[in-house]
Amino acid sequence: MSWAFLRDLLSGVNKYSTGIGRIWVAVVFMFRLLVYVAAAENIWKHEHDEFECNIKQPGCENVCFDHFFPVSHIRLWALQLIMVSTPSLLVVFHVAYRENREKHHNQKLYRNPGKIDGGLLCTYLISLILKTGLEIVFLVLFYKLYDGFKIPRLVKCDIKPCPNTVDCYISKPTEKMIFLYFLVATSCLCIVLNLSELSYLIFKYSIKCYLKRDMKKQQ
Amino acid sequence: MDWGALHTILGGVNKHSTSIGKIWLTVLFIFRIMILVVAAERVWGDEQDDFVCNTLQPGCRNVCYDHFFPISHIRLWALQLIFVSTPALLVAMHVAYRRHEKKKQFRKGDQKCEYKDIEEIRRQRFRIEGSLWWTYTSSIFFRLVFEAVFMYAFYFMYDGFRMPRLMKCNAWPCPNTVDCFVSRPTEKTVFTIFMIAVSSICILLNVAELCYLLVKFFLRRSRKAGNSKQQPNHENKEETKQNEMNELISDSCQNTVIGFSS
Repeated sequence: MSWAFLRDLLSGVNKYSTGIGRIWVAVVFMFRLLVYVAAAENIWKHEHDEFECNIKQPGCENVCFDHFFPVSHIRLWALQLIMVSTPSLLVVFHVAYRENREKHHNQKLYRNPGKIDGGLLCTYLISLILKTGLEIVFLVLFYKLYDGFKIPRLVKCDIKPCPNTVDCYISKPTEKMIFLYFLVATSCLCIVLNLSELSYLIFKYSIKCYLKRDMKKQQ
Repeated sequence: MDWGALHTILGGVNKHSTSIGKIWLTVLFIFRIMILVVAAERVWGDEQDDFVCNTLQPGCRNVCYDHFFPISHIRLWALQLIFVSTPALLVAMHVAYRRHEKKKQFRKGDQKCEYKDIEEIRRQRFRIEGSLWWTYTSSIFFRLVFEAVFMYAFYFMYDGFRMPRLMKCNAWPCPNTVDCFVSRPTEKTVFTIFMIAVSSICILLNVAELCYLLVKFFLRRSRKAGNSKQQPNHENKEETKQNEMNELISDSCQNTVIGFSS
């Protein structure tokens, strides 16, 4: 079980997406998943070992690290990637349900089970709203947990068992900050793509509905 | 998800590339990505652990390392490779869009469609002309821009391409000036120069491919212009014939009218 599973999942979703949806999948693959696996993971690999406090008191480093990093950036990033890709499963399930229904009734119930119309359109719109919502939730979480998107070089810690105030130094803060900004930028790009896809679909189908009603009135 | 997946994605684009494009892709995968994964990552693997400063002051090593390596070489190369591979996706998307259109035509039973089945459409190789030419050329242009930007960023950040053995650091909390020693500086310099050399080769290949595409475009245009110049001669001959026919008809009409009136 690894990121390859997510990659296969997203490739499956690609079949039923609009053009903007396919661009979203490409952005998630290339700029988020690949950057995470190829570059970002290694930066945070030894973050605990390299976290150094100016003290010999046993336990102080552990306690300070735990206080300043309740959930590591890299784990939040991984969670974000998984959560943001999951709503697309709703669309896959719905299409599978449609195909199952056709098989069960042994007749063609839908012109094309993979085409985005009717119930599948609602499912697709819901998945887009969920994706956008989750992206925003994680960005806010990052902001709140780490007081903005900065990573300081030095943090001052005075939790027991550290005697008085102790200087603790974070490893590779500049590199971590650069990748954090990269994460935020790609998240914002994905939010923009999701919102444009949402507006495009709503616009397209309201025009379709309006034209149908117009034709019916004329008849 | 790893470099293997990128290989699968870009392998699909390979079919529709020019020969120079295929060479570029091979150079990218063998001399850059493979070298990065198999060798360079090991060389830089212990970069912070073996970065040693001549002081016992806790935190000094961390701060000095962060000061001299804002972003590690290996991460910069990984980002460079990702950005440089991305424009090829534009071509992949355009080809997929064309295939989709052809499949739609085929399904509608269009008699203009010359394919026997959907499999043939899937296997078909598209020629680089029309809108695909523009997409392909822009992707090469973006590739060039990204390569150049990253090479400049490298040069700017590390003040050249050499890895020094010793760095003098006086960032707080280091007391006074402290000597810090980089691990494996010669091996890192060798790999840095190798990666820069291969980047330059890729830039040259991209420039050559761009020139080739432009030359092909202008040749095709001049051929079309040459063809359209020959056609007006035929049109003139036909026009004169039609004019003669019209005169004959009008003469005979006039004669008939005169005949009736009298």
